Amino acid sequence: MAEIEHHLTEPLLAAYAAGNLPQAYELVVAAHVSLCVECRARLGAHENAGGAVLETLPGAALSAGLRDRVMAALDAPPPAAAAVPRRSGIFPAPVMAALKGQPPRWKTLGGGVRQQILQADAEGSARLLYIPPGVAVPDHGHGGLELTLVLQGAFSDKTGGFGTGDVEIAGPELEHQPVADIGPPCICLAATDAPLRFHALIPRLLQPFFRI
Amino acid sequence: MFADTALAAPLDHRALAVPSGVAKAQAKGRPRAVTHPTDTAMSDATRWMLAVRDGRDRAAFARLYDHFAPRLKGMAMRGGLNAAFAEDVVQDVMLTVWHKAAQFDPGVAPVSAWVYRIARNRQIDMARKRARPLPEELIEEASEPDSQQIYAMEQEVGFLQGALARLAPEQRQIIEKAYMGELSHSEIQAETGLALGTIKSRIRLGLERLRHELKELR
Repeated sequence: MAEIEHHLTEPLLAAYAAGNLPQAYELVVAAHVSLCVECRARLGAHENAGGAVLETLPGAALSAGLRDRVMAALDAPPPAAAAVPRRSGIFPAPVMAALKGQPPRWKTLGGGVRQQILQADAEGSARLLYIPPGVAVPDHGHGGLELTLVLQGAFSDKTGGFGTGDVEIAGPELEHQPVADIGPPCICLAATDAPLRFHALIPRLLQPFFRI
Repeated sequence: MFADTALAAPLDHRALAVPSGVAKAQAKGRPRAVTHPTDTAMSDATRWMLAVRDGRDRAAFARLYDHFAPRLKGMAMRGGLNAAFAEDVVQDVMLTVWHKAAQFDPGVAPVSAWVYRIARNRQIDMARKRARPLPEELIEEASEPDSQQIYAMEQEVGFLQGALARLAPEQRQIIEKAYMGELSHSEIQAETGLALGTIKSRIRLGLERLRHELKELR
């Protein structure tokens, strides 16, 4: 794997450490950190900072019986841990968890582009995208922040080239048209906090059906 | 273990006093930080946590409870929970600290950061009623954290707390809000750019450590 060139920003890592990201973005952060030593270290630094803040908190008064209840519960067997999915092929563990341990079930979007939605709620959505070599993701803008992590292959848009492990951070102002590089199909994990807006007429009509 | 009686006196220290071979065996056969640095180089919380991990020391756990439980309740309430819910989180987090103690590694994260992460994950899981996406765990077996690493981590905590203390009050408030989950991502982006710079110098150390560990894994 080539060296990762495009990393997460400090505010994104801080927000993840503090638990202040919508789940769709959390998935991209967790997946990138699984692949990137540098961002793992930086996330660790933010957690250290969180711990340092915790140390300085004044603290709240506790109910009288809580300490005894906790001490009495030490001997009870620990709750059974849920099975944690492992990394499988190009998919790091958090993506496998979002896939519920199964391989992706692609849905065709046209032009050979496929997707599987992993997660969608009022705060945002996360999906896997499969883009054949040389093919463009339909021209789109997006309402807010878009995070795209490359899991296989590479893509390029007007801001530059993104290889495996790289994450593109696109603000609402960026209208871009990523094109998959020649080589293996490009597989990405993408998260947005609003539905993507497509500019070509047909994809826009299809948007409600595909939830892209 | 010397020159430390004042600090150590109230606490049962049997767990740290066992010969290293025994401590190793207790740690489920994994290579462990058995060469503890002199206690003076370690914070109270680290010593308590190691006593819980290696000796299942209840007295040490009670110390950890007294130290962290009120702060954890404060953190949960700042995150928007009412007092009763916040105490559920406290109970849950403290029991996780007890049950998952074997995963604590003072060369990787200080106790405060380890507890902070457990609390944050727990609070989110409870709010969403589903598991939060988490990064893969590094396989730590291959690396034997040494006293130097633990010392470096303790130092990092000292630097961070010093840096926090030196911030101007309004900046410090922003940092507190950011890490207590009271700022959105865009607010963090907008407001903390400068303040976050104060922790950046600490990142290099963690990176060196990880690179070192990964080299050993190859």
